[in-house]
Amino acid sequence: MSGIYIHIPFCHTKCGYCDFYSIGKRFYTDNFPELIAKEIKLRKAFLSDHTVETIYFGGGTPSILKPKHIEHIINAIQKEFNVIANPEITLEANPDDLTIETLKQISDVGVNRLSIGIQSFNDEELKTLGRRHNVNSSINAIRSSQGAGFNNISIDLIYGIPNSTEKSWIENLQKAFTMGVQHLSCYHLTYEQGTPITRKVKTGKLSEVSEEISVLQYELLRKLTAEAGFEHYEVSNFALPGYISKHNSAYWLGKEYLGVGPAAHSFNGKVREWNPPSLDTWASGIKSNQPATEQEVISKQIRFNELLVTNLRTKWGISIKNISKNIGKSYAQKLLNDSRPFLIDGKMLYIDEDVLLIPPQYYFISDAIVESLIVV
Amino acid sequence: MRMENIRNFCIIAHIDHGKSTLADRLLEITHTLSERELQDQVLDDMDLEREKGITIKSHAIQMDYAYQGKTYKFNLIDTPGHVDFSYEVSRAIASCEGAILVVDATQGIQAQTISNLYLAINHDLDIIPVINKIDMDAAMVDDVKDQIVDLIGCDPNDILPVSAKTGVGVEAVLEAIVNRVKPPKGDPEAPLQALIFDSVFNSFRGIIAYFKVVNGTIRTGDKVKFVNTGREYDADEVGILRLKMVPKNSISAGDVGYIISGVKESSEVKVGDTITHVVNPCNKAIAGFEDVKPMVFAGLYPVDADEYEDLRSSLEKLKLNDASLSFEPESSLALGFGFRCGFLGLLHMEIIQERLFREFDMDVINTVPNVSYKVYTTKGEMVEVHNPSGLPEPTMIDHIEEPVITAQIITKSEYLGAIMKLCIDKRGILKNQVFIASDRVEITFRMPLSEIVFDFYDKLKSISRGYASFDYFMDGYQPAKLIKLDILLNGEMVDALSSLIHFDHAYDFGRKMCEKLKELIPRQQFDIAIQAAIGSKIIARETVKAVRKDVTAKCYGGDISRKRKLLEKQKKGKKRMRQIGQVEVPQQAFLAVLKMD
Repeated sequence: MSGIYIHIPFCHTKCGYCDFYSIGKRFYTDNFPELIAKEIKLRKAFLSDHTVETIYFGGGTPSILKPKHIEHIINAIQKEFNVIANPEITLEANPDDLTIETLKQISDVGVNRLSIGIQSFNDEELKTLGRRHNVNSSINAIRSSQGAGFNNISIDLIYGIPNSTEKSWIENLQKAFTMGVQHLSCYHLTYEQGTPITRKVKTGKLSEVSEEISVLQYELLRKLTAEAGFEHYEVSNFALPGYISKHNSAYWLGKEYLGVGPAAHSFNGKVREWNPPSLDTWASGIKSNQPATEQEVISKQIRFNELLVTNLRTKWGISIKNISKNIGKSYAQKLLNDSRPFLIDGKMLYIDEDVLLIPPQYYFISDAIVESLIVV
Repeated sequence: MRMENIRNFCIIAHIDHGKSTLADRLLEITHTLSERELQDQVLDDMDLEREKGITIKSHAIQMDYAYQGKTYKFNLIDTPGHVDFSYEVSRAIASCEGAILVVDATQGIQAQTISNLYLAINHDLDIIPVINKIDMDAAMVDDVKDQIVDLIGCDPNDILPVSAKTGVGVEAVLEAIVNRVKPPKGDPEAPLQALIFDSVFNSFRGIIAYFKVVNGTIRTGDKVKFVNTGREYDADEVGILRLKMVPKNSISAGDVGYIISGVKESSEVKVGDTITHVVNPCNKAIAGFEDVKPMVFAGLYPVDADEYEDLRSSLEKLKLNDASLSFEPESSLALGFGFRCGFLGLLHMEIIQERLFREFDMDVINTVPNVSYKVYTTKGEMVEVHNPSGLPEPTMIDHIEEPVITAQIITKSEYLGAIMKLCIDKRGILKNQVFIASDRVEITFRMPLSEIVFDFYDKLKSISRGYASFDYFMDGYQPAKLIKLDILLNGEMVDALSSLIHFDHAYDFGRKMCEKLKELIPRQQFDIAIQAAIGSKIIARETVKAVRKDVTAKCYGGDISRKRKLLEKQKKGKKRMRQIGQVEVPQQAFLAVLKMD
């Protein structure tokens, strides 16, 4: 089973913390979905498994897309691949874009899951993040989505925002629960190089929350989501039973996916490819029938490191048997050896059957643990 | 050439006062080298020397100077310009009859100039005082003149104003060498006595020794003997030193030359040794020979443990042209296999480390340096200890003696108080204080060598804003209350961080050491306890708190490579760290002690 990711690079404005590839809405033309459709056709051979289970419109701001363009792209996928009967089709959306009319239309063209960029139910925090929407429009967007029949809604929330507190975070989470969403993606704010918010911290106009607050908010996140019936299935993702994101889980579980659109990444088990982070370079590649992708062949060592980097973030963990079978016995042995201190001291890792896992209370230092285990 | 037409001289100057530039001018005016050959500072032929602006190894060069119808042969013997090499300086001075004293008109006299000047005066050298850099705006020619007159009691009119850079006054220096430096004495017919003042290693020809013939004549093919080592050789080639070596049939009393005799080991050619003939040898060696002993010791370990053998061969090669370097294998639990190296001083240590890096591409970790202690055991034996781990059990120690230096510092009077305090904090005892000009003062302290190997230079420089010059010479041993201070990381002792320290400083030192290590050791997934201990007694403790947040929140659109590469890069960065138990310790931590406030 494979996934298709479509990168929609257009945004109304750039958010203060975002360093991902995005450009102004004015670059969005009717030509764009045509190029996406063409890329799907050109690069279909990249996937070895042509059964498509999930389709994901990510961005950028995919809710900028006209519903007929969404439909065009879904049709193109259906034309080139065998899409299963009930595919998961997700659209990332900006609350402001989700009017009742638009929602009906995107539901009609097949989108059945929304990932709404709420980020915070606190207007001060939204301002700090440099978001253009406010809490009211967030609430309206969720209500409207539910009204339009969406029953698989995920929202993004950010914690660790400057000046946020224990209390503001509890309020945020409680609001999410009362809104009745099925899935939560909760990210600690990351200061990416070159973003406005990072500059503000560097120049002293904002200050990062203390590590104590970060840790406290993370602990609250685990506790309150659990109480509300959510399962913590990946570092930043929580789902009610039956609502785990199939598409995103594919990234962590090493499944195949084809990413189309500027800056999109693809993986087929052997090779990773990525498109240039430039609309023009990407578009001219597609027009000339020569996609300007770059690629990396995944060696055993890279694959080993990737599996650690991805699998250990999840509740599924990493199967030592699989490492032994697919990469090599020596890698499995090395992993066991290097895990030993973590298994004993502090129990930052544990083994269930033959699967190595980080207990969720240690997800918050998972990079440090994974770094100790990878091979360089 | 007759002896009365030979002039042997050296140049005494502080770093940057213009010794090399003046030497270049002399060579240029005497046409010893053409302008094309004249690189700036030809005498400093190691890159490192040119960059640091100091002459590490001395050299010699001969030039011809025509004056009033006669041709004179000048031998310029270059001297190293740093305290660590003061013995080599003394042997170079002993080979001369005259010295040009170069003082920077913008800086005035510095401590090092004075100590070398005293050496020259003690050897009865004729001194030609020169004020250099008179072309500079900041030149204080009259003030500096007064300083020189005060110092050597010369006639102010005998001081030559010069700009080595522009060439102004340099001709007068050449004339003064003829008129004011006495010709060498010596008997060309007497039994051979030649003083070795330097040696260099040549990969094709072995060790080349530079000498001055004091008495007698040395000929190519002679059977010669080095008196102090007792070794005998054939003089395969003797010659004089121009820009290149020029072979000659013989070199006679008063002249300077080189000898190639198939010596392979640098340790066989000792500066200060006397060359004589196997047949009809001289009665006694030239006075002043010393077997130079390293004073500062530190462990050098390859950053990559696989490079141990490479480090050995690199050190062996370095030793070929630097006999003062000594090393022996040692091992550390923390650092693996490495070498305990002995150096003449701190600068020497720095130079060796830098040369290992530049010439051999060897990246090394060096441990905290320490001096050599004499430990007297209860059985009445004396053991030399170069390494904290070599200290006998406390119950076996009767007493310990540490090396002492006499330190001379010249500074502006406004910094006197702060410098005195520094020296006293470093267990110094004031011996003398002299005003050499109204605002310049020379102070003499007797202090333990161990106190200057850590951070003395840096502190002196910073409290005097660079207006202090420093020189020292060894001045015997004194009893010292020393203890071994250990550092423990999560309860495990780190041998490479142990130090021998004076009891009075131990608590303060232990506390600072823990604080500094806390800064240098990165946080890990668990708490790290840093403890300082004397024996089993913990005297200081710090904790590096466990990291509690280290996670990348999001991987946009399946960009797994970026996250993997980031973690791989971080891990590679840590490869250079040493693992002590489970604690990762960066290289800088092993030199933490040098960076404490």
